[in-house]
Amino acid sequence: MKTQQAEWQLRLYIAGQTPKSIMALANIKKYAEELLHGKYTIEIIDLLLNPQLAEGDQILAVPTLVRKVPEPIRKIIGDLSNKEKVLVGLNIKPLTTA
Amino acid sequence: MKLNKTTTNTNFEFPKTQTGVEGLDEITEGGFPKGRPTLICGGAGCGKTLLSMQFLIKGILDYNEPGVFMSFEETAPDLTMNVKSLGFDLEKLKQEKKLVIDHVRVERSEIDEAGEYDLEGLFIRLGHAIDTIKAKRVVLDTLESLFAGLDNQAILRAELRRLFMWLKEKGVTAIITGERGEATLTRQGLEEYVSDCVILLDHRVIEQVSTRRIRIVKYRGSTHGTNEYPFLIDEHGISVLPITSLKLDNKVSSEIVPTGIPEINEMFHGGGFYRGSNILVSGTAGTAKTTLAAFFANEQCKRKERVIYFAFEESPDQLIRNMKSIGLNLEQHIKKGLLLIHSSRPSLNGLELHLLTLRKLIKEFKPSAIVIDPISNLISVGSAHEVRSMMVRLIDMLKINNITAMFTSLNQQNENRKPDLAEDSISSLVDTWITVRDMEGIGERNRGIYIIKSRGMHHSNQVREFVITENGVKLLDIEFGPNGILTGVARKTNQLNKKVSELKLQDELNRKDREIIRKRNVLEANIAALRNEFESAQEELNILKANEELQSKLNVQAHTNQKKKK
Repeated sequence: MKTQQAEWQLRLYIAGQTPKSIMALANIKKYAEELLHGKYTIEIIDLLLNPQLAEGDQILAVPTLVRKVPEPIRKIIGDLSNKEKVLVGLNIKPLTTA
Repeated sequence: MKLNKTTTNTNFEFPKTQTGVEGLDEITEGGFPKGRPTLICGGAGCGKTLLSMQFLIKGILDYNEPGVFMSFEETAPDLTMNVKSLGFDLEKLKQEKKLVIDHVRVERSEIDEAGEYDLEGLFIRLGHAIDTIKAKRVVLDTLESLFAGLDNQAILRAELRRLFMWLKEKGVTAIITGERGEATLTRQGLEEYVSDCVILLDHRVIEQVSTRRIRIVKYRGSTHGTNEYPFLIDEHGISVLPITSLKLDNKVSSEIVPTGIPEINEMFHGGGFYRGSNILVSGTAGTAKTTLAAFFANEQCKRKERVIYFAFEESPDQLIRNMKSIGLNLEQHIKKGLLLIHSSRPSLNGLELHLLTLRKLIKEFKPSAIVIDPISNLISVGSAHEVRSMMVRLIDMLKINNITAMFTSLNQQNENRKPDLAEDSISSLVDTWITVRDMEGIGERNRGIYIIKSRGMHHSNQVREFVITENGVKLLDIEFGPNGILTGVARKTNQLNKKVSELKLQDELNRKDREIIRKRNVLEANIAALRNEFESAQEELNILKANEELQSKLNVQAHTNQKKKK
């Protein structure tokens, strides 16, 4: 992992290969490629395999996208189908427009 | 849980999980429904979190059932700190893998919602926690925080429904807490989902005294106590105080306990009180109620029985000093561990807390007799109704434990001897009622004692005067005057009069004795004189008879001589 260097470190929590998880992963990959090309990492954590990891990031809902870097930590829950909300939530949009 | 149709209802016992909270198991008749969620709701600061925490900790310590505490409000260190003051060490339990505390932080500012989601994350966390320690008990405190953190109510409600189903499937006994709403039991209508057992906590302040109450709103599949029961939070956590026995079926003893004052024993035909009975000593100020109570306590201690003396007016030292002045050494009993004097101000806390203190001390010290001096001071803390209900519970508890109890009660001085609040609220509950009263007369005040009632025992109907001396209490013998029983100076005057007339009578008797002797002497003299008279008459007669005989002899001689001459 080259998380040390990446400007955007994202983490996606899923619980098995549910339609929502798959959709969320597809969505975030699409947005990231589009807007943060080469400047991001996405770590996928399946809570069914690693349930103990849910506590660390205070995961309640699935799927949850966590922006670890840059600070502060942001969380977006849902299948990320609403592009506008995701970009605002991750604070990507103002960055690109500016 | 399915009912087996072949078994009758009477044989069926609803499976329950004991809460370990004192009193709660009694009113729920065994605890919370096993393997089902229970909703505990109530306003802020009414003890929801504490009750749930106690449920978990008692489960671990007393029933060896590991537990998971999922907190949506307080963090784990906060919770640990909070219950440490109750003597529970959460850290230790955590290390022993008996307890998991999971703090779920729902921060609205951190979370954005974009599209469909579910709460599988929460399920996984909870499931993971349950599985790692094989938990049997789960607490979710307070789920409603989710509503503040998440926007999509439809998803939330659907997920909550799923959560409760899932908890049931897991077979854990769960507590869900909920904040009380305006018109509903909980703000978010959680009672819709958790319908097996709902418990309502309440914290009310009436006339500056706060009382916490608990009520079982519903309990599917089981009977339960339906009233509002007061409960307390103290240094040992929560304890609920149900009326311990709703039936009056306690065993009674016909053993007699002496009163400590021999003359009072005599007033009861049995020679004292029945063991396990309640005695009320009422009277106005300064009628030696405390003295009587102290003598009672002293007597029990002398018989090697344990006594607790609850003093609501005097400190232990003061009581000991005062009793020393009338020849009662209470200190020796304290040193031997037979007597415990517990002093506190009645206004220190509400009635319920007083009752709890009593209960606790009685449980620890295991006395065979107690004294509450005076019970009327407690009455200043609550209303008549509350006092009565407290007294019922207290007396019930004492009866069950077969503890003889003496209460003193200070009466208001009133003209027509109407019973005041103190007497009114407890007189019908007690078995024996002794009244000490002032008998005011010409320039003096005397103390009188009499028995108003004594269940199951004949008793004297007399008002006995008693005095307190350096050697203790002494009942004086009854002095009857022309207008009834006499006391004080009247008694003395009567005694004096009696003495004077006795002396007079003695004098008279002596005089009469002497007179009779004199009379006898006269009589005897007369008899002697008469006898003399008689004797002289007899003598005269004898002389005459002798003369006559001589004469006739002479006559015969003369006649024969004449014949010879012829």
